[in-house]
Amino acid sequence: MTLLNLKAAVTFLILFPFVMAVIMYLIRNASLLRNLVAVVGGFSIMATAIMVGVKVLGLKGTTHNTFFTETVLADHVIMGGEVLLMCIVIFLSIKYKKYYAILLSALGTIPVLWMDLSGRAVEGAAHVRVDYLSAVMILIVGIVGILICIYACGYMKDYHNHHTEVGDRSNYFLALLFVFIGAMFGLIVSDNLGWIYFFWEITSVCSFLLIGYTRTEEAVNNSFRALWMNLLGGCGFAFGLMYCNIHFEIGTLSKLTTIIPRKDMLVMIPVTLFAFAALTKSAQFPFSRWLLGAMVAPTPSSALLHSATMVKIGVYMLIRLSPMLYGTFTGVMITVIGGFTFFAASLLAITVSDGKKVLAYSTISNLGLITACAGTGTTEGVWAATMLILFHAVSKSLLFQTVGDIENCMHSRDIEDMHGLIIKLPRLAFIMIIGICGMFMAPFGMLVSKWAALKSFVDSNSVWLVLFLVFGSGSTLFYWAKWLGKICTVIHQSYELEDITPKSEMISLVPLTCMIIIMCFAFPWMSNTMIQPILNEAFHKNIPNVIGGSDVVIMMIMVGMIFAIPIGSRFLAIGKKNKMTMSYVAGVNAGDDRHFIDSFGKERALYMSNWYMTEYFGEDKLLMPSIAISAVIVVVMLIIVIGGAI
Amino acid sequence: MAMVVLKVALYILLAPVLGGLMEGLDRVVSARMQGRQGPPLLQPFYDVYKLLAKQTTVVNSIQILFVIAYLIFTIFTGSLFFGGGDMLLVFFALSMSEVMMVLAAYSTNGPYSALGANRELLQMMCYEPMILLVAIGFYEANGSFMVSELAAAQNPAVFKIPGMLIGFIFILTIKFRKSPFDMSTSHHAHQEMVKGLTSDISGSNLAFYEIAEWYDQVLMMGIVAMFFISKNPVSIVVAIVMCVIFYLMETLIDNVFPRVKYITMLISSWVVILVTAGTNLLILSVLN
Amino acid sequence: MKISKSPWVLHYDGSSCNGCDIEVLATMTPLYDVERFGIINTGNPKHADILLLTGGINAQTAPVVRQLYNQMPDPKVVIACGICSCDGGIFKECYNILGGSDKVVPVDVYVPGCAVRPEALIDGVVKALAILEEKRVKVKESMKQGYCTVDYSKIAVRMKAEDYDPATQYDEVLTEEALREQAEAKIAQTAKPAPKPAPKPVAPAAAPKEGGNA
Repeated sequence: MTLLNLKAAVTFLILFPFVMAVIMYLIRNASLLRNLVAVVGGFSIMATAIMVGVKVLGLKGTTHNTFFTETVLADHVIMGGEVLLMCIVIFLSIKYKKYYAILLSALGTIPVLWMDLSGRAVEGAAHVRVDYLSAVMILIVGIVGILICIYACGYMKDYHNHHTEVGDRSNYFLALLFVFIGAMFGLIVSDNLGWIYFFWEITSVCSFLLIGYTRTEEAVNNSFRALWMNLLGGCGFAFGLMYCNIHFEIGTLSKLTTIIPRKDMLVMIPVTLFAFAALTKSAQFPFSRWLLGAMVAPTPSSALLHSATMVKIGVYMLIRLSPMLYGTFTGVMITVIGGFTFFAASLLAITVSDGKKVLAYSTISNLGLITACAGTGTTEGVWAATMLILFHAVSKSLLFQTVGDIENCMHSRDIEDMHGLIIKLPRLAFIMIIGICGMFMAPFGMLVSKWAALKSFVDSNSVWLVLFLVFGSGSTLFYWAKWLGKICTVIHQSYELEDITPKSEMISLVPLTCMIIIMCFAFPWMSNTMIQPILNEAFHKNIPNVIGGSDVVIMMIMVGMIFAIPIGSRFLAIGKKNKMTMSYVAGVNAGDDRHFIDSFGKERALYMSNWYMTEYFGEDKLLMPSIAISAVIVVVMLIIVIGGAI
Repeated sequence: MAMVVLKVALYILLAPVLGGLMEGLDRVVSARMQGRQGPPLLQPFYDVYKLLAKQTTVVNSIQILFVIAYLIFTIFTGSLFFGGGDMLLVFFALSMSEVMMVLAAYSTNGPYSALGANRELLQMMCYEPMILLVAIGFYEANGSFMVSELAAAQNPAVFKIPGMLIGFIFILTIKFRKSPFDMSTSHHAHQEMVKGLTSDISGSNLAFYEIAEWYDQVLMMGIVAMFFISKNPVSIVVAIVMCVIFYLMETLIDNVFPRVKYITMLISSWVVILVTAGTNLLILSVLN
Repeated sequence: MKISKSPWVLHYDGSSCNGCDIEVLATMTPLYDVERFGIINTGNPKHADILLLTGGINAQTAPVVRQLYNQMPDPKVVIACGICSCDGGIFKECYNILGGSDKVVPVDVYVPGCAVRPEALIDGVVKALAILEEKRVKVKESMKQGYCTVDYSKIAVRMKAEDYDPATQYDEVLTEEALREQAEAKIAQTAKPAPKPAPKPVAPAAAPKEGGNA
């Protein structure tokens, strides 16, 4: 494939999702046709993304895939798009009487427009650049994001069967998902700051529209919360962009990252502003509440926001900036915020029983870890951050989709209702177990990356981060393991529920499950072919393998054991001869292990809830103080960097 | 390579013997502290022999699977440690084996088992930070995560990380489920939770659990010994003596303190970890 | 090695005046120290080898005793401690007392006394150990035949005085297949009208093949 073809493929990746969006919008009703179109269109995007990813990762040395130097027409389109986005925000803000959003939107958009129109924007460099990091991100968005879109087709049909109170606008919903994917591709491959800003704003507005899909009061409030937080970040980005253009006369991200901060401290101003924008997008404390509110929307949008797209933009940006953050005050502050978020969010995750909320806190917590890794600015940190992004995207999208399916089958997504899921919905339960194990168990990807993160923190001598990480992993273990326990509980005389998960959703679930398992085995290979080139490009040096040879062998043995034990037990007939009894209930079982006979001789239901420890870590106790503490850190960071420079 | 295999084989063969003897010693010493004669030293072996001879009752068919997984992973973890593997990997494998045990208890759906499982998870949450910090402490002290390299260090690690040792001894009480932290299951007759974690495990299943506990005890004492071992062969004697002292100290603590509430355990363990191990780490990082 | 070197005890108070219970606990104290013989008071039927019963059995405790007995893994022995547990004692004629422990479970050793002396109790346990050893051989044989004793269906039957038929008070021996069929039949009865077609009615469980561990 020549460079020209790559250019065509990238253009296709950005534009075709928008075309798909229009098509999806036009097919009003859920039908076989719609599923077919989504599958065909989706897989063609996925195939192109894989092609681009493989092609770019196959290149040796540094990449020079830059194109679109002269882009007058595209610039005009983008300017028009920005105005359009602002108009959408203004219209909806007036409709729902949330006028502050107008202010934030105008504050970000108008100065950038002014800069573009008055010719102060720096042009002349390539607008698009596809390097190794872009390639990895394209693979994530192309595979995980598209699988979610396909999943959404089946899901929305069931969703509207259950939620008759919500008007069926699923065509609009699906169209938004594809717009989102297009904007993600655009953002990942853009090098021009103005373009990045445009795609950045599309994702903000898209997520706002997705969250507000049901149009209930809660949804509207949450969507506006997401909007103002992201627009605030967008403002930060806009100011950083203008500062770069006007002060440094730099128009591209890649050029910005070549400046060495020690020589020119002023460069830290745009870097800090971009990092601030990244914090809002990645829902770090104090901006976490928009992500928690985002779960009012139908599950596919949560899956998309949490795993492959929205929150990953922020950490993607931080990884881009990472080499500049090394040893700077901004870098330290970013790592502290990330570490703190990791710890606090994992404590908060203990206290909630809503499955999606636990996932949301876990997302925030893991992104905190990624942020902290990227903030250290070391090679090991970036290695760990990229690995975490990869594994998190796959595991989390799988978990969200499974929770969505479970909700469709059982009409509840509460973890307490998942008691005995392994009997009730065995197929989904197994998928879920693999997803959860993928998030915290030993040989699976997330833990391996955490291990690398720990090593990188120790090597970079960041004691506070080490402490945040070790305490945070204690509480992470607690909330995942208790969820796993609920699922694995076997209830006597329980019966299987009807599994109404349609085939179109399994098209998405099965590949993701397989990917988690394959990625366990493939991670040394991934480290070499995907992450190592990124590090070479960003730091211009080779780093030794973060996890060495003998460890890899041992981990392979562990993975093997995990799968061998259940399979072996099936063949070896372990425990077949054992006597079955009821669980011990002090001798007063009433026929099964779910009822007992009380002192009045009455039969009573028996139920053991998990521990939530709300009186110690509850949201009302911990959430606001965490937000306050981290808000202070952010403000201090902005004041010191910007004030110090001025 | 042959040495590693030999060491692992020795661990797999001898650890249950040693662990059983340690438990027997613990019971004899406890009895003497209470003014009783106590059981014979080999009592734990009699117990396990009896359990293996008994019929096994199960609540469901996957319960036994988890218990066997617990046993296998515990042996694996210990082999990794005594074979000279990566310290962090040892601890990750350890927490995985513990999760297996917790799942065994959860799967039974019994109230006492579920209570024990939740408490066990909380205990894990208490000692997990310290266990990871120990690995980091060894790394800061002697510059490697590999047990084989740490065992050949110039100076015993305890000189550089005494705080870590204190913190580790503290969580050892939680790990061994000794009073005041015997929350999830207990050697004593705390009948309000019956046997907690192991309430619904019986017969050979329970025997597997006991054997896994022996392996685990030997592993933990091995980590204590790591604090004292250096290149000097004399250090091995010192390490063994210190292990015996700390083990008997655990017995004493077990007999002296009443059980605490779970939140006291959580707060006290995290505070102790932060103060001892955290400060130690901070000082080391400043020195480096 | 004999399994009788580690007898673990489950103590249950049928409806005693607590005199015998105090004596049972007294055996644990440093004076008598039964842990010398490896005896542990487990409080969990699934770990226990010996069921120590005190007091007569009344209508409320009868199903509990039955259930505790059934939850104990084989081999197991039952000791009736004190005269009330042996045959009802001075409460025998009370309206709610069914009689001694042997009305509900098969008792292997009777230890009389009011209250039972710790020495007598220890002596009774030692006698029980010999029976335990015998039973172990029997269990081994029955396991060889591929049967496992199952108490799925009989686990929590509410009992009245007239329900006690000595012929039915022991476990049946069922194969695992029969157990599964029983369970499925129960599930079919209790299941809510699920959207999917109701499972076919399963034939009743296979008839008992041989006597239990009486």
